[in-house]
Amino acid sequence: MKLGRVIGTVVAGKKLDAFTGEKFLIIQPLDENLQPDGEPLVANDTQQSGPGQLVTYIGGREATIPMGEPFNPSDAAVTGIVDEVETP
Amino acid sequence: MKLAQVAGTVVASRKDPQMEGVPFLLLRDLTVENKPLKDYVVAADPMGADRGEVVLYSTGSSARQTQITKDRPNDAVILAVVDTWEVGGKVVYVKAEAER
Repeated sequence: MKLGRVIGTVVAGKKLDAFTGEKFLIIQPLDENLQPDGEPLVANDTQQSGPGQLVTYIGGREATIPMGEPFNPSDAAVTGIVDEVETP
Repeated sequence: MKLAQVAGTVVASRKDPQMEGVPFLLLRDLTVENKPLKDYVVAADPMGADRGEVVLYSTGSSARQTQITKDRPNDAVILAVVDTWEVGGKVVYVKAEAER
């Protein structure tokens, strides 16, 4: 799981049926100090998150799990909205 | 998922028999600012995407999770044709304008 910030949204009318009703968000990956780290990616939203929010996201085949339709080819999904990160 | 533009088609007559009938497209990765990157990928296309269109594709074992790629040796698949996207509240890409 990684930390990221929602920086945008993608709209696609023509998509596989497995993505009907699913949202696509643009996520900026962050390092442990919440600074941008690496290229943004597109992830499915499973937590009604929105632009500006700090989130946790997962990559790979695991991203198919939290989706409504289990047989889907997602490779990135937002899994939580972060309230607080504390580092010593 | 990544954003990419359909740059061309790939035809391979001799290939793994399990990939028979699966169309391949050549995709050029884009930044979220809609700038082309050096990276490209050959992806299976269940959508019938056209050249020039911007698509979303996924990679790795997730790419086997479609009807045409299920249980097949494939690691990239197109899953959506993009109409528009925005970053930081600013619209970066609109399909209708790009095709004008």
